[in-house]
Amino acid sequence: MNQSVFRLTLPILFGYLPLGMAFGVLFTTQLDYAWWAAPLMGIVIYAGAGQILAVSLLAVNAGLLEVFIAMFVLNARHLFYGLSLLGQFKGAGWRKLYLIFGLTDETYSLLTSRPRGTDRAHEQEVDFRITGFNQCYWVVGCAIGALLGDNVAFDSTGIEFALVALFIVLTLEQFKALGEGFPIWLGAAAAGVAILLLPPAHQLIGAIALVTAVLLLEYRKSRGQTTREESSHG
Amino acid sequence: MGEPGYLAAFIAVAAVATFATRVIPFLFFERHTEHPLVRHLGRYLPAAVMGLLATVFLQRSADWSGTWMGFDALLPGALVVIIHLWRRNALLSIAAGTISYMAIQQAGL
Repeated sequence: MNQSVFRLTLPILFGYLPLGMAFGVLFTTQLDYAWWAAPLMGIVIYAGAGQILAVSLLAVNAGLLEVFIAMFVLNARHLFYGLSLLGQFKGAGWRKLYLIFGLTDETYSLLTSRPRGTDRAHEQEVDFRITGFNQCYWVVGCAIGALLGDNVAFDSTGIEFALVALFIVLTLEQFKALGEGFPIWLGAAAAGVAILLLPPAHQLIGAIALVTAVLLLEYRKSRGQTTREESSHG
Repeated sequence: MGEPGYLAAFIAVAAVATFATRVIPFLFFERHTEHPLVRHLGRYLPAAVMGLLATVFLQRSADWSGTWMGFDALLPGALVVIIHLWRRNALLSIAAGTISYMAIQQAGL
């Protein structure tokens, strides 16, 4: 079973090792903490974009409430991954907790796209091992990167742009998956308003509140329209 | 050396926040997956948050007052978009943008 799981997760190995290394290098070159905290974060937090954002939050000694909100909102997309896996994880027993903990973007896409047999317990065991293999790749990448950043002397000025580049890539991927640009322009506009009106420490939270408010208003408006249409038809 | 107590608290808070986003659907939404508000937010919120983060951090990495007038970050950002639309390889796009940004910053123009 492990051999077929390894084959399934091979593309993730090639994604997680370099990205984990990028996080590790960022961590040790930008911050003044022991190198092993980087793989430790890979073990207990286990979130790619989240950990890279964490480096910039650690660099400014961000308040813990801001850390919570920033990490929660950045990972809010995971809320919707879980919704589509409620059935698949049902009855997985003690493995369920780890399956939920390890639900990253890449693991989610693998678990929802791979062919599944009829033996439910066996398939959940495969899901469990896929999740475990993926996290191993990630933690190893974090450790290698952290050691490299600590021991190889090079001018790392500007390496923090990796975070910006990652967010741009994720935005483009969201655009391709969704097929419409409206939410992305809404996010960018809310960020612009927050940048103009708020001090840097409150910009993220302000922009997030603005985006959520507009989406809720828009939901109420579209619901109002459907109910009116329904009543006029009825 | 950074403050180890702060780092420990930071990691704990970040771990709880991340796990919360993954476990909440299993705790509270087992009966509400079809609710239209959940589906509306599920459809639009992730894309809006990504656009927001890209904008905030792109603005922060640019030098708006110097000779570059923001283009020290806008050009590498545009490069990421072009290369990603061309090859759709996340690591290639990130590496190209980061290396070009580092080159601009280190050249000190």
